[in-house]
Amino acid sequence: MPYLFLAPAMALFVAFFAVPIGYTLYLGTRGTKVSGLGLGKGSRREVSVGFDNYQATLTDHEFWAGWLRVLGYGVVVLTVMLGLAVLFALLLDSAHARLKRVSRIAIFLPYAVPGVVASLLWGFLYLPSLSPIHAVLHWFGLQANLFDPDVVMFSMANIAVWGGTGFNMLVLYTHLRSISPEYYEAARLDGASEFQIATRIKLPMLVPSLILTTVFSIIATSQVFTEPMTLRPISNTISSTWSPLMMVFTQAFKNLDLYSAAATSIVIAAISLVLSFGFLRVVRKRAFSEES
Amino acid sequence: MRRRFGLTPTVLLLIGAVYSLLPVVWVLVAATKSRAELFSSNAFQPGTGLWDNLVELTDHRDGIFWRWTLNTALYAGVGALLSTMVSAISGYTLAKFRFPGRNLIFNLLIGGILVPSVVLAIPQYLLLAKVGLADTYWSVLLPGILHPYSIYLARVYAGAAIPDSMIEAARIDGAGEFRLLNRIALPMMVPGLVTIFLFQFVAIWNNFLLPFIMLADDRKFPLTVGLYTWLATGANQPALYTLVITGALISIIPLIALFLTMQRYWRTDLTSGAVKG
Repeated sequence: MPYLFLAPAMALFVAFFAVPIGYTLYLGTRGTKVSGLGLGKGSRREVSVGFDNYQATLTDHEFWAGWLRVLGYGVVVLTVMLGLAVLFALLLDSAHARLKRVSRIAIFLPYAVPGVVASLLWGFLYLPSLSPIHAVLHWFGLQANLFDPDVVMFSMANIAVWGGTGFNMLVLYTHLRSISPEYYEAARLDGASEFQIATRIKLPMLVPSLILTTVFSIIATSQVFTEPMTLRPISNTISSTWSPLMMVFTQAFKNLDLYSAAATSIVIAAISLVLSFGFLRVVRKRAFSEES
Repeated sequence: MRRRFGLTPTVLLLIGAVYSLLPVVWVLVAATKSRAELFSSNAFQPGTGLWDNLVELTDHRDGIFWRWTLNTALYAGVGALLSTMVSAISGYTLAKFRFPGRNLIFNLLIGGILVPSVVLAIPQYLLLAKVGLADTYWSVLLPGILHPYSIYLARVYAGAAIPDSMIEAARIDGAGEFRLLNRIALPMMVPGLVTIFLFQFVAIWNNFLLPFIMLADDRKFPLTVGLYTWLATGANQPALYTLVITGALISIIPLIALFLTMQRYWRTDLTSGAVKG
């Protein structure tokens, strides 16, 4: 009986996870061989090329440049987004703040806005001809092009921060609500201020949730696609290979080279796994050394 | 202890709230502007063109925008429902049955969390193209049904919400396994399943990559892909910008409404992994 109940999930798993993954690995080792002039039927054959596609990806300068951009973007997003999420969660949980319900709903609201629409809204807000941001900067005597190649990474990070802070805040806040208030009462009796309670008691207790949200954020940022893809039509500073995932898309559907796209996506998957496991390892090591 | 009024914490929270609402307020105002007003008037000054914009949005290509809206509701509604059902049954089974291969199956399914969508999307497209399903409604619906994280959540929730004694009692009373599932297990899991449904609904509603890859016929587009194509054309044809803005506003209204009404059902303790068994 348990097998019967699990049958739908397993069937879907095989059809939409196992087979596609296997197929991607296989495709990554294939390539087209052109014989003769490449004209007519049968002149293009699919052949095994071993690890050539993987090697081509790994030695592609543009691929690593994409990772470098995403790395910078990811560092900004992770630190600002999770920093703000922690700050707001602690503020919502603090005894002093007012208007908590309204703020909580407002900050969580962007979660309901699709990435495409969020990028579109911010994209318009960044457009010099429309932007109130430019007007405000102008007011302070500043002039900045938010699509400038040096700035666009931050403009994009802002969209991710805007969209992701509320969700992470809510996860952390729910965790805080589950902590017994006895800890705080004891600390208050010892004369601890609200600020000290937040930084010395609540913050350390948040660590498990923070690790979880960080890992999911690493996976998400390493696959950034929707935001740069949506901003591209508005700005010419974002190339079609700005992020690694955009490169896969370009290879597969613009260059019609599925073999390279397959190899590249495997490499991206491997790198994001390494990043998140690497983070977990570092965290676990530090957690251990602090305990002993 | 008396609560003191903390000015700094309140102000910080309000700054966060204003930042979060700013683009939403902007699109609300911008959608009321006519084409000329959009580029000439102050960003937060309401315009006079809301009705014309709505008419134009409805007229454009025989109301394809509303078709996209219906498509999105269909993808998200049906997809989330199927996904919640599969997750519920799998989660319940993994939590409450002891059988050989249980851990193996669980680990396999959960391993799916770690597989980036990019590795899946292109081969899924190729495989669906092979069986003639690419560029159909199925191509967007089917790949999203199995959601490893929801199965994990359903398992955690079933473990916490359904007492073993209840299952045993039902079995002793002669209830078959299907009856047990339908009458006892699933009803007890409803609060957790509502959360899973909501998260899945929002995830599918917001999805871009999968339908973007799968669909070629714009009559099957969801809103995200549709608006994207308008924006891409709008770069050469700024007349479309008012349509994009009005469309963006309308596309977020249903989700914000759902979000505000269902707010109390967002049980993120399920997702933080901090559920106590």
